[in-house]
Amino acid sequence: MSEHIGVWVFSENYNLMLELLAGGSMLATNRKTELAVVLLGSGVESKADELIKHGADKVFVVDSSRLKDFQIETYLSALTNLVTGNKPEILLIGSTKNGKELASRLAARLETGCTPDCSQLAINEEGQLVTKRIVYSGNAVVTATYRKKPQIATVPPRTFEKLEPKERSGEIVKAEVEVEESKIEVVGVNRMEVADVKIEDARIVVCGGRGIEKKEDFKPLEELAKLLGGQVGNTRPLAEDRKWFTGWVGLSGKKIKPTLYVGCGISGMIQHVAGMRDSQVVVAVNRDPEAAIFEVADYVIVGDLYEIVPAIVKELKKTLG
Amino acid sequence: MPRIIVCLKQAIDVNQLKADPSTRRLVTAGVSRKISDFDKNALEEAVRLKEKLGGEIVTVTASGEDAKTSIREALAIGADKGYFINDEALLDSDTLATSFVLAEAVRKIGQFDLILCGEASIDGFSAQVGPRIAELLNIPVITYARKISLEGNVVTVERTLEDRYETVKTKTPAIVTVTKEINEPRIPSLMAIMKASKKEIVTWKLADINVPLEKVGETGSGVRIMDVLAPKVERKRIVIEGENPAEIAEKLVKALIQEGMVGR
Repeated sequence: MSEHIGVWVFSENYNLMLELLAGGSMLATNRKTELAVVLLGSGVESKADELIKHGADKVFVVDSSRLKDFQIETYLSALTNLVTGNKPEILLIGSTKNGKELASRLAARLETGCTPDCSQLAINEEGQLVTKRIVYSGNAVVTATYRKKPQIATVPPRTFEKLEPKERSGEIVKAEVEVEESKIEVVGVNRMEVADVKIEDARIVVCGGRGIEKKEDFKPLEELAKLLGGQVGNTRPLAEDRKWFTGWVGLSGKKIKPTLYVGCGISGMIQHVAGMRDSQVVVAVNRDPEAAIFEVADYVIVGDLYEIVPAIVKELKKTLG
Repeated sequence: MPRIIVCLKQAIDVNQLKADPSTRRLVTAGVSRKISDFDKNALEEAVRLKEKLGGEIVTVTASGEDAKTSIREALAIGADKGYFINDEALLDSDTLATSFVLAEAVRKIGQFDLILCGEASIDGFSAQVGPRIAELLNIPVITYARKISLEGNVVTVERTLEDRYETVKTKTPAIVTVTKEINEPRIPSLMAIMKASKKEIVTWKLADINVPLEKVGETGSGVRIMDVLAPKVERKRIVIEGENPAEIAEKLVKALIQEGMVGR
């Protein structure tokens, strides 16, 4: 096991890969080892400098026309060959849905363990990677380490903040590896509604739950979100049962960590809470004084959202002039 | 006619879990077990495919605990036969070990067109077992399905990704993992439950599928669990009250300004 050296990061999502470099950098410093990043694609070599500025000591570039678009199998085979040839001890992979599949399959090929969706990473006294992540639908946090190497973890967007880019030196390694043909053929892509896409990036989220009776009643929430410079979100039942939206905030949907979360008519099912738990400040409005959302709120308002939300909008308009 | 294998996990009913407030340890005693939610969607999808195309559905479950009640439920929903790898040595197995066992069981079960799994389990939610089995069996895998159609030896799937739906196809035999949105699992009728009691559950020990003990349990796992605790809640829980909504709103906005949340 001891021949495994170095911390590696990879994501098919370039922006997420920059964030992973921040996490990887912390681990590499702790392990007194090198931080490497894997850059796959076609005509991507020019990005290597930026990756070095964001913390990479080494950039493995596989530049091939066959890697032009992300396909799990072609990317997986390139990554597997690089990892097998260089034996990193830690490998962080971006927790997109495709990234999680990629990580699982890589771990299977390398016969090692993988912890998905890690919210915290650390190194223990034995020099092993220690991860924390949410399990049991938000009821528990599991702390784990590894029995095999490489130690693979997937890390969701916004877990780490990108490092400030600075001039530093690093090595660019152009690698030639075999790339497998994809067994899966993509025959069509449909974008989701734009409004559902970027809630993870919203600084402020006003979220609606089952307490909202009609889709039109989201209007005051939208007005409130707009005044605060944020976006509206919703719980799973409004998407799955009522079909008002395609996505939702929750364990199985979008995980958000805005600076301010305002929950309106949300009971606080543990699955929803798992998706908003990391919000900096939480306000909850609900008619039911026993609502579970109040357990995780900083500001508790027991009342009718149909009265309270318009009143907040009015007050904000007054305050903001 | 297609033969479909559905991987079923018996999971802890997470909605019943409570934590001891002083130690933050989870209280699992007395908490019931059930078929993991997304696996039930996978089973329902298999039943719908069978209703259209005919064929056979078998389920496969690996557990260190008794899971016969869950398997019986799957037979009532529409599976024809259940395979149960039941061995105490399986306790504390992670996804590396579990996938290995399921892949070996599938090899022994024999020919199939499709393996369906839930996208993840409701307890561990790691979303790894389907993709890992695919690697071990060296067959294609398609994850996060919201629609599946099977024609001859081609399976076409619509996948739900973060910002888009992607339609992909591949040749069978293949594995597809399904999301909750794919269907609404049926509740079996009393008649179906009675019929299920006559269907066969084949029980195997690890030795029956030639899995050595060092491949399972703690030693066969890639991940070592250190602790499992309820998350810490550190919230202010300040109750804002007032004579009327306007007064409540005024107090809240004042508090939000102090928090630096307004007017930037």
